[in-house]
Amino acid sequence: MKRFTLISVPYLWLIVLFLVPFLIVLKVSLSDAALAIPPYSPTLDLSQGWAGILVWLDGLDMENYWFLADDNLYWKAYLSSLKIAAISTFLTFLVAYPFAYGMARAADEWQPTLLMLVILPFWTSFLIRVYAWKAILSVEGFLNQFLLWTGAIHDPLIILNTNVAVYIGIVYTYLPFMILPIYAALEKMDASLLEAAEDLGCSRFSAFWLITFPLSRQGIIAGSFLVFIPAMGEFVIPALLGGSRTLMIGKVLWEEFFSNRDWPVASAVAVILLLILIIPIILFQRNEQKNREAQG
Amino acid sequence: MTESASTGTDFEPWNDPKAVPLIQFKNVTKRFGDFTAIDNLTLDIYAREFYALLGPSGCGKTTIMRMLAGFETATEGTISLSGQDMAPVPPNKRAINMMFQSYALFPHLNVWDNIAFGLKRSSMAKDQIAARVEEMLRLTQLEKFARRKPHQISGGQRQRVALARSLAKAPKLLLLDEPLGALDKKLRQETQFELVDIQEKTGTTFVIVTHDQEEAMTVASRVAVMDHGKVVQVDTPANIYEAPNSVYVADFIGDINIIEGYATPISDTMVSVDFAEGQPKIHTSCPTGLTAPQRISFAIRPEKLLISTEKPTESANILSGKVVDIAYLGNISTYHVKLASGQMIKAQSANTRRIRRRAITWEDDVWISFTDTAGMVLTT
Amino acid sequence: MKRLSWFNATSLTLGLAFLYLPMVILVIYSFNAGKLVTVWAGFSTKWYGSLFQNEAFMNAAWVTLKVGFISSCLATILGTMAAIVIVRAGRFPGRTLFSGMIYAPLVMPEVITGLSLLLLFIAIGMDRGVLTIILAHTTFSMCYVSVVVSSRLVAFDESLEEAALDLGCTPFDAFKSVTLPIIAPAVISGWLLAFTLSLDDLVIASFTSGPSSTTLPIKIFSAVRLGVSPEINALSTIMIGIVAFGVITVSLTSKRAITRAKREEQKAFADA
Repeated sequence: MKRFTLISVPYLWLIVLFLVPFLIVLKVSLSDAALAIPPYSPTLDLSQGWAGILVWLDGLDMENYWFLADDNLYWKAYLSSLKIAAISTFLTFLVAYPFAYGMARAADEWQPTLLMLVILPFWTSFLIRVYAWKAILSVEGFLNQFLLWTGAIHDPLIILNTNVAVYIGIVYTYLPFMILPIYAALEKMDASLLEAAEDLGCSRFSAFWLITFPLSRQGIIAGSFLVFIPAMGEFVIPALLGGSRTLMIGKVLWEEFFSNRDWPVASAVAVILLLILIIPIILFQRNEQKNREAQG
Repeated sequence: MTESASTGTDFEPWNDPKAVPLIQFKNVTKRFGDFTAIDNLTLDIYAREFYALLGPSGCGKTTIMRMLAGFETATEGTISLSGQDMAPVPPNKRAINMMFQSYALFPHLNVWDNIAFGLKRSSMAKDQIAARVEEMLRLTQLEKFARRKPHQISGGQRQRVALARSLAKAPKLLLLDEPLGALDKKLRQETQFELVDIQEKTGTTFVIVTHDQEEAMTVASRVAVMDHGKVVQVDTPANIYEAPNSVYVADFIGDINIIEGYATPISDTMVSVDFAEGQPKIHTSCPTGLTAPQRISFAIRPEKLLISTEKPTESANILSGKVVDIAYLGNISTYHVKLASGQMIKAQSANTRRIRRRAITWEDDVWISFTDTAGMVLTT
Repeated sequence: MKRLSWFNATSLTLGLAFLYLPMVILVIYSFNAGKLVTVWAGFSTKWYGSLFQNEAFMNAAWVTLKVGFISSCLATILGTMAAIVIVRAGRFPGRTLFSGMIYAPLVMPEVITGLSLLLLFIAIGMDRGVLTIILAHTTFSMCYVSVVVSSRLVAFDESLEEAALDLGCTPFDAFKSVTLPIIAPAVISGWLLAFTLSLDDLVIASFTSGPSSTTLPIKIFSAVRLGVSPEINALSTIMIGIVAFGVITVSLTSKRAITRAKREEQKAFADA
């Protein structure tokens, strides 16, 4: 009986507030936009009984999806989200790896402090961290002030409101997600493996490529998923740092919903985004599963 | 029990037909899915016994213990305590306590509170609880460590806290799951005697699970040797060693030579064993006797063999061979002797002399002799 | 012993600079006397003054704290229950669906979560306001809590609970007096995580809030969308300060506790 309560309370909560809402999204994506409240039709009218359900089912169609397929904007937004997420994941990896490596090689008494320094930004507002870059990247911002002062450039660079600013924003905010799994993989590596490799005739550099790097692969894969998946649906970063030409699907969805008030199309955009994300999510969970099994 | 008390100091309730066992397993079977952990087990454990369940890992001994504690229920059969069927009684209502292999000391409570934990769950008054905890601390010599947390004491002390905690409620039966497994060898040997001492002082019935035969032999009044969910033999340590009922038990306990052969009865209690061509037949006693010639295993412990460089004049059995290996263990040496038939025999002898003056060395031709009562004839 | 090579030292320095420099600049320029956040015009705390005068910000902050506190408490209870179900309950009908629903919100894009909850609230005719934000935040942060708590529960030695049962506890009693105190650190960090997630959330709150229930992130977002403002810098500095203070206090106390425990342990072995 107690077990039943224990299971059913969180279960019901999630069904009502997670599963059902998602089914509603699916349903709305098959409806038509209407000038009404709520702004879509048909709405289910249960007072008419079975007939009402039939009318409701009859009103559903794939029209919004055909619309998405027809309109270039959506295709481009999905593709550009994929591109931006992929490029920024790679850039995050380039920044994160040397850092994680340095952390794992630092003295034992320093490692907890370094770890805390990496995690600390997690606790500060995401919005504020993205906002901080606006003042740095703008035309009269600190980066341009600095570069002009050093004489590296003569005209200020235009970075804010471009894709470059979005890359920087994603790398900055998601960096800990990449550092932590790589660090975890490097940290548990047995130091005597490298000694063994050197003993068997490897140079330092080749020992790194033949031993360290392959052994940190699981961390790299996990980190890449942790950056790529949320970056795909990102809204705040393109909204604050990107320009009008920065196309990301999270932003398109937001605008479709709040500016155009086309809820059915926004829902269809959401459904497709989720379908795209399901592939990396499943791959990620497989990878985690495999890791857990490998560990015991 | 009254009878055994009157016949002498021996504690042997299992030989008393009138004694009522404390614990009874009747045709107990336990299955986990397709896997049969315990297979139709019947056994009796008497009050005040120190009963050891001995076997390799996976033989089902831990399952028996967990069924006694109430963490597993039998698939078939009944388990009773003082005649009462235990199946419907949940673990927290059983007059049985358990000492866990990992000790399972509560990390957030100090030694005192760990020991008092079970008492606080009974209807005992506060001052009585305190008195009982102090008594337990004295019994296990932990008075100095009462305020320490489990991670602040050594492994041996943790083991004693676990023991004190499980004894505090004065259970009818105490279960010990590999109680000494986490201790190093020297500490383990000391603690074995402490355990026996505490068991005698408190008069509690102990059931211990172990895979260490030496431990079982040292502490137990009776040992149940287990294999694949079945009890192969239950007997006193001496009988298990000297009169194993099967090759499995003989081989599991201590070191032994097993020689397969064909036995022919020569009298009611004597047989002769033909084990290899060109080798003399072994003359050995067989108290149960054989009705017809049959294949048997002749088992003999290495320390029961006499090894010499000169042929002994009188002995029931004399074999010759060559020394191929010597294991020097300090107090004794084990000689691996190869017979002409290729059979390997291990013989042990005490090193009463200094190593340089040892008479036997590698490649020596030696004689092995033994009496006709030294070995055992095993049919299973 | 281990000495950092110049390469490792450089990558650590550059990495930390990258992580912290933007925030440091933000904090410094919150004390700028000028209106521009990129040109230094002398020290002043006037933006803090005007921030506290700004009633809209103060109201939003109050709503945010209220939502954060209530939703993180609810999320902690539900998330801990869910963690116990996942780690301990064994098989039950719909287990796969259950664990799927626990893990999915972690990777679900916020825009989708927000949109779906909004459509739910509209469908059942619920007015959007503080309550709807609380429900939304509880739902996604309970999943984070359950991940944090279940990772601790997995490592929990179940024989401790069996020992408690063996010593006379009822199953509930055993959970309360043995399991809960031991997993308490994970439950507390789960609460903290849920609280920060709630304070931080813009997207889901934007979908589920009504006109009367603007949260601080929504307010900040609409302000910074237009450009940078020194008032926002001041607000950010306060928020960063609170977090830094909290994290440093916690880590110092736990560090002290660890050193004390270590000392006692050494003493114990010396006595033994």
